[in-house]
Amino acid sequence: MIHNTILVFEVTILVLAIFLGIEVISKVPTLLHTPLMSGTNAIHGVVIVGAMIVLGQPDKSAFTWVVGFAAVVLAAANVVGGFVVTDRMLEMFKSRERPKKPDET
Amino acid sequence: MSYNLANLLYLISIVSFILALRFLSNPAHARRGNQIGAAGMVLAIVVTWVRVGSTSWWAIAIAMLIGGGFGAVAARKVQMTAMPQMVALFNGVGGGAAALIALAELHKVLPPPGAPTADISLGIGLSALIGAISFAGSMVAFAKLQELIGGRPITYAGQQFVNGAIFITALICSIALVAGVQDEWLLWVTILASLAFGVLFVLPIGGADMPVVISLLNAFTGVAVALGGFELENNLLIVAGMLVGASGTLLTLMMARAMNRSVANVLFGAFGQVSEAAAAVAAGDGGTVRSATAEDVAVMLAYAHKVVFVPGYGLAVAQAQHDVRQLADLLEAKGVEVSYAIHPVAGRMPGHMNVLLAEANVPYPQLKEMDEANPEFSRTDVAMVVGANDVVNPDARNNQSSPIYGMPILNVDDSQTVVVLKRSMNPGFAGIENPLFYNPKTVMLFGDAKASIDQLIADVKNL
Repeated sequence: MIHNTILVFEVTILVLAIFLGIEVISKVPTLLHTPLMSGTNAIHGVVIVGAMIVLGQPDKSAFTWVVGFAAVVLAAANVVGGFVVTDRMLEMFKSRERPKKPDET
Repeated sequence: MSYNLANLLYLISIVSFILALRFLSNPAHARRGNQIGAAGMVLAIVVTWVRVGSTSWWAIAIAMLIGGGFGAVAARKVQMTAMPQMVALFNGVGGGAAALIALAELHKVLPPPGAPTADISLGIGLSALIGAISFAGSMVAFAKLQELIGGRPITYAGQQFVNGAIFITALICSIALVAGVQDEWLLWVTILASLAFGVLFVLPIGGADMPVVISLLNAFTGVAVALGGFELENNLLIVAGMLVGASGTLLTLMMARAMNRSVANVLFGAFGQVSEAAAAVAAGDGGTVRSATAEDVAVMLAYAHKVVFVPGYGLAVAQAQHDVRQLADLLEAKGVEVSYAIHPVAGRMPGHMNVLLAEANVPYPQLKEMDEANPEFSRTDVAMVVGANDVVNPDARNNQSSPIYGMPILNVDDSQTVVVLKRSMNPGFAGIENPLFYNPKTVMLFGDAKASIDQLIADVKNL
């Protein structure tokens, strides 16, 4: 039964995270929905931690080796790409307070 | 590093992700938030490295360099207008990674005596299922947005049935895994069927519904990652994955609500097939279309009091956002009041138009959401529709037989004059006739949106 205890504990965390996610996101204005999606996209790149754990196992079979390697490659693309794209988007929103009236083109 | 210390450090990463999302509620702090999130991610990676890096550290490093290098280059090089497909691509690879981890984990626990515990088998079965759907679905969404395959829905007889059968196959196999049946081929069938389902389920969805699909797939990857946390018994993955799962789901519902359609209707309605009957009716009632030259339109704009730009996906395709901004500046210098009316589902991604116009340095107080913009149209002289179609289609209000009937739209036809910039008379991505074009108040300016706007700029300057 000890393992089911872990499961119940994990489900508890999962459900709390759902409510937390909804709470935090409902404050984001429409203006920022694209960066929000892209930002959450980067956050699920945390899967790289799982991929590293798989590839870092001692005494792994060739199969695990190949699969783990591929998982780390994919997850790393997710993390880096996700954060860089989001940063590029948000960079454009930064200095909006400045009075407009741009120099005439 | 001890297990407890690692988990405490992971907790810092979790907090940084939550802060990253919180900071996104204000454009002034949003970028800082993203940097905090990235710092949390670096911490998580370093902690994991220290925990597992003694084995195969060089393999992990090489894999990270390959993947990270690709991600960095792709994300740096991409045009702002191609953002939706980039987000889809990065989303897909994350889902793929989650499915691969499930595969490797099952392989590890299976060899005899191999009895995975309840949480591990739950994680393996479901994260493989959802991760593989997200991977395949995102790749199809990427291909559609990149125009590698047609944006129109692809349908055939019995499609729902075939999709349903494939999905149920995948689901049964994954449930068997969760229930503790220990067979590796079950997981292979789950993954292959899920991949097939992911492809088949996104193929029939039209380009105009992509904002909903991308945000749903984002939620899928989040959930797959959270379930990956079950199989690895890792809190960080559970919390971070589920944050994304919850936010993606919420965003999906908001998008669907903005179109006044259920998520099921978006996903399974194969919306946007050109129905023969509707096309015939539209052709039959043969209204006339007035087209204008850029000079005419330039005069209208220059002598207007209030001009509202209504951008749509066509603006992104033509990359005309900078030109629109220039034209707007020119008009403002002449004393014209300029604003932008943004429909919640304009473009191919939630908030797509906001990002494009922000790139062109349009001050964001000028960007009006639908509820704010609609009452304004009655005192607007010229509504400039730049590459938008379905979101200004009056059929959504008046024509009960129209597939978009009931969707809230921007009421551009309340303004004095509507100018529609359009490539040709082809129906939009949803493939629906638009009576706005036949409205006596409407003039059409045919041509590439960017070229037309540039011409307008030149003509306004010459006045």
